[in-house]
Amino acid sequence: MSKREQLKDDYLENRLIRRRLVLAAVFSVVLLSVVLGRLYVLQIVEHEHFSTLSDSNRVRIKALPPARGLIYDRHGVVMADNLPAYRLEIVREQVPDLEATLQQLKQYVDYDDQDLKRFQQSLARRRPFESIPLRLNLNDEEVARMAVNLHKFEGVEINARLTRNYPLGAHAIHALGYVGRIDEKDLRKVSEVDYAGSTHIGKLGLEKFYENELHGEVGLQQVEVNARGRTLRVLSETPPLQGNNLHLTIDSSLQKVAEEAFAEYTGAAVAIDPNNGEILALVSMPVFDPNLFVNGISYDNYYALRDSPRRPLFNRALSGQYPPGSTTKPFYGLLGLESAVSRKEQKIFCIGYYKLPNEPRRYRDWKKEGHGRMDLHNAVTQSCDVYFYDLAYRLGIDRMSAFLDKFGFGAKTGVDSTGERSGLLPSREWKRGHDGMPWFPGETLITGIGQGAFLVTPLQLANSTAALALRGVRYRPHLVRSVEMIPEYNRVEIGSRISGQYELLNEKNWEHVHKAMINVVHGLRGTAHRIGRGLQYKAAGKTGTAQVFEVAQDEEYDEEEVIERLRDHALFISYAPADNPRIAVAVIVENGGHGSSVAAPIARRIMDAYLLDKS
Amino acid sequence: MNQSLDYESVSYSRRIMEALRLDPVLLSLLLILASFGSLVLYSASGADLDVVVRQMTRIVFAMLLLVAIANIPLRMIRKFSIWLYIAGVAMLIAVMFFGEVGKGAQRWLNLGFIRFQPSEILKLAVPMIVAAYLANRVLPVGLKELLVSAVLVAIPVLLIARQPDLGTAILVGSAGFFVLFLAGVRWRVMISLGVLLSLMAPLLWKFALHDYQRKRILTLLDPESDPLGSGYHIIQSKIAIGSGGVYGKGWLNGTQSQLDFVPERSTDFIFSVLGEEFGFFGSLVLLLIYLAIIFRGLYIAAHSTENFGRLLAGALSLTFFVYLFVNTGMVTGMLPVVGVPLPLISYGGTSMVTLMMGFGLIMSIRSAKRFLV
Repeated sequence: MSKREQLKDDYLENRLIRRRLVLAAVFSVVLLSVVLGRLYVLQIVEHEHFSTLSDSNRVRIKALPPARGLIYDRHGVVMADNLPAYRLEIVREQVPDLEATLQQLKQYVDYDDQDLKRFQQSLARRRPFESIPLRLNLNDEEVARMAVNLHKFEGVEINARLTRNYPLGAHAIHALGYVGRIDEKDLRKVSEVDYAGSTHIGKLGLEKFYENELHGEVGLQQVEVNARGRTLRVLSETPPLQGNNLHLTIDSSLQKVAEEAFAEYTGAAVAIDPNNGEILALVSMPVFDPNLFVNGISYDNYYALRDSPRRPLFNRALSGQYPPGSTTKPFYGLLGLESAVSRKEQKIFCIGYYKLPNEPRRYRDWKKEGHGRMDLHNAVTQSCDVYFYDLAYRLGIDRMSAFLDKFGFGAKTGVDSTGERSGLLPSREWKRGHDGMPWFPGETLITGIGQGAFLVTPLQLANSTAALALRGVRYRPHLVRSVEMIPEYNRVEIGSRISGQYELLNEKNWEHVHKAMINVVHGLRGTAHRIGRGLQYKAAGKTGTAQVFEVAQDEEYDEEEVIERLRDHALFISYAPADNPRIAVAVIVENGGHGSSVAAPIARRIMDAYLLDKS
Repeated sequence: MNQSLDYESVSYSRRIMEALRLDPVLLSLLLILASFGSLVLYSASGADLDVVVRQMTRIVFAMLLLVAIANIPLRMIRKFSIWLYIAGVAMLIAVMFFGEVGKGAQRWLNLGFIRFQPSEILKLAVPMIVAAYLANRVLPVGLKELLVSAVLVAIPVLLIARQPDLGTAILVGSAGFFVLFLAGVRWRVMISLGVLLSLMAPLLWKFALHDYQRKRILTLLDPESDPLGSGYHIIQSKIAIGSGGVYGKGWLNGTQSQLDFVPERSTDFIFSVLGEEFGFFGSLVLLLIYLAIIFRGLYIAAHSTENFGRLLAGALSLTFFVYLFVNTGMVTGMLPVVGVPLPLISYGGTSMVTLMMGFGLIMSIRSAKRFLV
């Protein structure tokens, strides 16, 4: 260091730096001369050329919005298409006094503050020569009134544009989702160029999930306009490319039957083809009309929907989470046999309640006086709780959660839509992560009848039922069967994917549970024997009742007294025909009371419609 | 009588300048530029006085910072370099994890009371640290010094390019490069690096650039290929400048600018407005003011008494030149569109503050000479 210090010669170094500084100065002058030369070329040599371009800077590029892809059900029924709708549009550049024009327009066409706000947002974003919609969806009267007075307004246009339309109205809304006007949040996610002409974007459900397929490609039009901005002629055009069409797995007539079967009840139902995971019907009740949302829903309508106590906007089929109740019993029964914890002829005696050793608490059966001697077959048929308390006690929570996990409980199914929730499969690890508490033996019992922290979504329950029907093979449920590519019009199949599999140790174990489930519907003492009457095919099923309201130890649950909102949820799962399942159904009726009386008939109507209509 | 009064007032204002340790020549040039800039901005904003007032507030604030920095003794600045550099790099890393995303890039850091881009700090910290490092080594720089400096420059540049913010990465990189250049890196080394870089260009193209960056370069070669996207910017900007002619269409009369054909006209593309409304003549005047500022900076560098000051003042002045060249090259369609503003004229506070702080450093370097000689 000190040696180098001595070698330092400030004079020489100063000279070096100065030389470099001069060099840099020369270099800067040279480069700036290049810029100046460029300016000379642009501003003096080619001035004429650019001046002409600027004077009649009238070659403009207009974006042509693509038509959104169509959506069909599995039989080709149109579920979403595009209809021409009239819009009132304004080209800012051509309007002499925007404020005054907006004021005057109010006499002829009613627009509200929301319309105005959206208009002003687009105004800030779009170029001044683009036409910006003020009001969408004008009715005939408004169009006529405007047409007569259009000459009074410079820069105001009435244009017919294709707008999304859902011909089935409220039907299948929770399967389809809807489109709405592009807002600030959407803009951050999409390319400004691709959406240059578009006013709508998928907001929910399929429409959102498949936005990239459905949107299509923007077209361009080079037009020559006069000094006032009116289009004189089209110079060149790249037409827009329509979005791809979707062909769904949904059967729209089955969907209608299912929705009607609910009548005034609130709840959800999902029907799946167990052989490939195709969702045949996806119902969440009540429904609402998606067409309201397309052109911006009015505040009144929106608040009415949002604040309705039955919550129509909530997609119960995918986002609703309910205790599965006794519908889990066939799964536990199968686990008992497979793990050799129970044998099929083994019997326990049901006295109406179950007690853990060293614990005073009584775990009650739904049947106060008890079921008497019960083997697995009868316990499933009659839904004996005590049998399954005992089975759960002997299985232990770890085996139970590991087994149910294989059937898809507690995890998202991966359906191709938005808003799916995962439900909750209780386990020791979950409990520790959730509140840091250890797992108590009593919780194992409650989990053993599908209560406690256990939650499922209707879609999940249907899918697990489908997996049970197929002896453990579980497909990823899906709503889209194929995508029809535009412009080739060839269909790309969305293949069925197996998302999980449980391999049976012994087919007989499954057969045994399967028979018990058939007996639920067809046996005299089956909890769902009422729907078995006159059934033209064989069905396997299981009822369930999920507690919403906890009954204290010394109280009794009185159906009449408990107000409706706290009444039990009714559940039913089923697959049919039992020997060669083509449909698996899960029905949940909120506050419906017992699964047998409310949920099972709905499931029957769905299965009837699907199986009998075609044969 | 009159003459003596004049003389008195001049010497009086000069005394103030000395007391504040400011360079009257540089300061006047900056003020002329800022005034000219405000005039152009008024037109570019569509005659919006609010915009001009906001910009002037920023100029005043930035000028106050300039005065403050000019009064910090140079040796303190030199000592401080390393900490500023460390803090800057740390914040760049923080931005990677906690940064706020705006316009598709993660550049902003929100400290609660203030929200800023840490990459701005590096525009000063990088030339400072490299100059401080090389100042007491033997010049011209040897291989070891070259490598250490290269690492010091590369760390922040890569972090910034990742955000992605190509414009700032170029500015920070060139600031570091200029210190090395002035410290006498041998021509052989520079030429071989240049050759190496051009050989690596295809690789960089493929792996280092983002899709949108590649697109911008392709757009430059053929603007018509993307008439709705960034090609539109270049086409309209060229029409604006070209139609200005020798003397321009007159202040507030540029049709291209006033009718909103020129995009980003008050920020990155403000030079198009100037070109359209003030013509070739106005552009020439502006470039001359810039050149004068750069030359004054280089002059101060040449007359500094120690290497730290020479290297730092030189590098800062040359970086200022890069701003100018990249921006004017971009709006005239010679260089791809990267987000580099026209220094001290484009609307916006961030780069304005950094630039003025840079000039504060240059003025501190100038006064350091005064007190030593």
